[in-house]
Amino acid sequence: MKRHLLSAADLSRDDAELVLSTAAELRSLADRPIKKLPALRGRTVVNLFFEDSTRTRISFEAAAKRLSADVINFSAKGSSLSKGESLKDTALTLEAMGADAVVVRHGASGAPHRLAHSGWVRSSVVNAGDGTHEHPTQALLDAFTMTRHLGSLDGRRVAIVGDVLHSRVARSNALLLATLGAEVTLVAPPTLLPVGVDSWPVETSYDLDAVIPKADVVMMLRVQRERMNGGFFPTPREYSRRYGLDGRRMATLQDHTIVMHPGPMVRGMEISADVADSDRSVIVEQVTNGVAVRMAVLYLLLGGAQPVGGDE
Amino acid sequence: MCAQPAPEATPGRVVLDARDIARALTRISHEILERNKGAGDLVLLGIPSRGVPLAERIAERITSVEGYDVPTGSLDVTMYRDDLRLKPARALLHTEIPESGIDGRTVVLVDDVLFSGRTIRAALDALNDIGRPRAVRLAVLVDRGHRELPIRADFVGKNLPTSLVERVRVTLAGVDEVDAVTIHGEGDTSEPTGEAS
Repeated sequence: MKRHLLSAADLSRDDAELVLSTAAELRSLADRPIKKLPALRGRTVVNLFFEDSTRTRISFEAAAKRLSADVINFSAKGSSLSKGESLKDTALTLEAMGADAVVVRHGASGAPHRLAHSGWVRSSVVNAGDGTHEHPTQALLDAFTMTRHLGSLDGRRVAIVGDVLHSRVARSNALLLATLGAEVTLVAPPTLLPVGVDSWPVETSYDLDAVIPKADVVMMLRVQRERMNGGFFPTPREYSRRYGLDGRRMATLQDHTIVMHPGPMVRGMEISADVADSDRSVIVEQVTNGVAVRMAVLYLLLGGAQPVGGDE
Repeated sequence: MCAQPAPEATPGRVVLDARDIARALTRISHEILERNKGAGDLVLLGIPSRGVPLAERIAERITSVEGYDVPTGSLDVTMYRDDLRLKPARALLHTEIPESGIDGRTVVLVDDVLFSGRTIRAALDALNDIGRPRAVRLAVLVDRGHRELPIRADFVGKNLPTSLVERVRVTLAGVDEVDAVTIHGEGDTSEPTGEAS
C-alpha cells in the first residue's frame, strides 16, 4: 500500500483485496468481549473534520480506538478553524503535536491531496471525503459489504443511482469496483451526471427501470441539495418517481440483489421507507462494516514500520 | 509460525519424515490426554499457518482415542508481535475461536517450531483478550532451542539442537506437498525467513 489513502484509484487490486481480507479478520472482533487490539499502541490518529459528519467520524474514531491508538478529534466548529485559520497552519499544528495519521474531511476537492503532498505533515493522510471528489474508505466498506453477500465481485453488476454529480461516494465506488472486476452502471438524470463521466470505467443510463432487473447491487445516493444552487430537476416528486427506489421497483430485482445507501438517507426522496427497512437493505450492516474496514486501513497504513522521510 | 516456503537454494537435510511426524503427533496426543486426565474441557488452538493443521491432526487422534470431538481453532498473533513495528504491515491470518469459548478450559497452543519464544508470548497476550482459560499448555512439533524468553513447551515432538544460522522448515501435506521437517544449513543463501520464531 502507498503511504496515504487519498483516492480509490491509489489501490491496486492486490491492495484492495488485502484491505478486504484484513477487514474480514477484524470484523470478528466485534463479537468478542474485549474489542481491542494492541497494534497501534502509542500511535496518534487525528480526525480533522472541516465538514459535518456523524457516521464517518465516529467510525474512524471507533476504528482507531479498537486498535489502541490515541485519537484527537478536531472539528471545524469549536476550534480555531472557525476563526479563519488556514489548512496549512492547522496542519503545522498537527505536525507539532506528533500525529501519525490525519483523517481529513474537507469541503474542497483535493484538500487531502494538498495536505499529503505539501510537506506540511509527515503523517499518513486518509481521505474521509473531500468535496465532490472522493471518499475511498466508503467505497472499501461498500465493496466489503458486497463481497460478504455476493462473494467475488468479478462480473457482478452494480447500479449506482441518483446524484452522481455531487457524490464523492459514486466516484470512489466506480473506481474501486472497476479495479475489483465489477461492472458499474451509473443511473441519473443527465443534469446529475458529471462532465467527463465517459472517461470513467463505467456505463451510464437515464433509465432506472431498464437497469435494476439485471443488477446484483443497487446503490442509492442521496440528493445533495446543500450542494445544489440551481434547478437540476423540476420537482422532488418527479425526481422520486423516475429515480427513487420504491416497493414497486424493488419487486423487479433479482432474489439475491442487495440494496445499499451510504447514508444519510432522505426517506421518501431517493429511497422509500419500506425499501430502506426491507430484508434486502444492508444499510445498517454497511455502518458495522465501516468500522472493520477503517481498522484495516489504519492498521495497514500505520501498523508496520513507518517509511522514513520518503513519499509513497 | 509464519513458515513461508522460502525459495530453496539447497534441498536441506530431512530430520523428520512423514512417519516420524505421525508418530510424534500420536505421542503428543496421548501425553496431552494423560496430563489432562482425558479430553474434557480441552481446547486446541493452532497458531497459523502450520500450527493449525497440526492442531487438527492432534484433535483427530484424541477423538479416535476418547470418542468425542475436541474443539479446535486457530489463533493469529500478528497484532500482538513485538516486532510489528520493525517490518511493513503484515497481512492478518485467520483467527477462529471455537463457539464454546476458552473460559475455564484448558487451552493447548499448537505450533510447528519453538525458537525464540516470542510468538508464544504474543499468543499468551492474544489469549488474554479472548478469555480466561483455566490453564494454558504448549505443544510444538520441533523445539530448536535458542529461547529469548522464559517460555518452555509442555509437549515436544522432537528436540532439535540447531545453530542460529540454520533454518528449520516444517512442511505439512495439505498446506505443502509432503510432511517433513528439514534443516537448511549455512550453505543456504536464500533469505532467512521468520519461520522459526
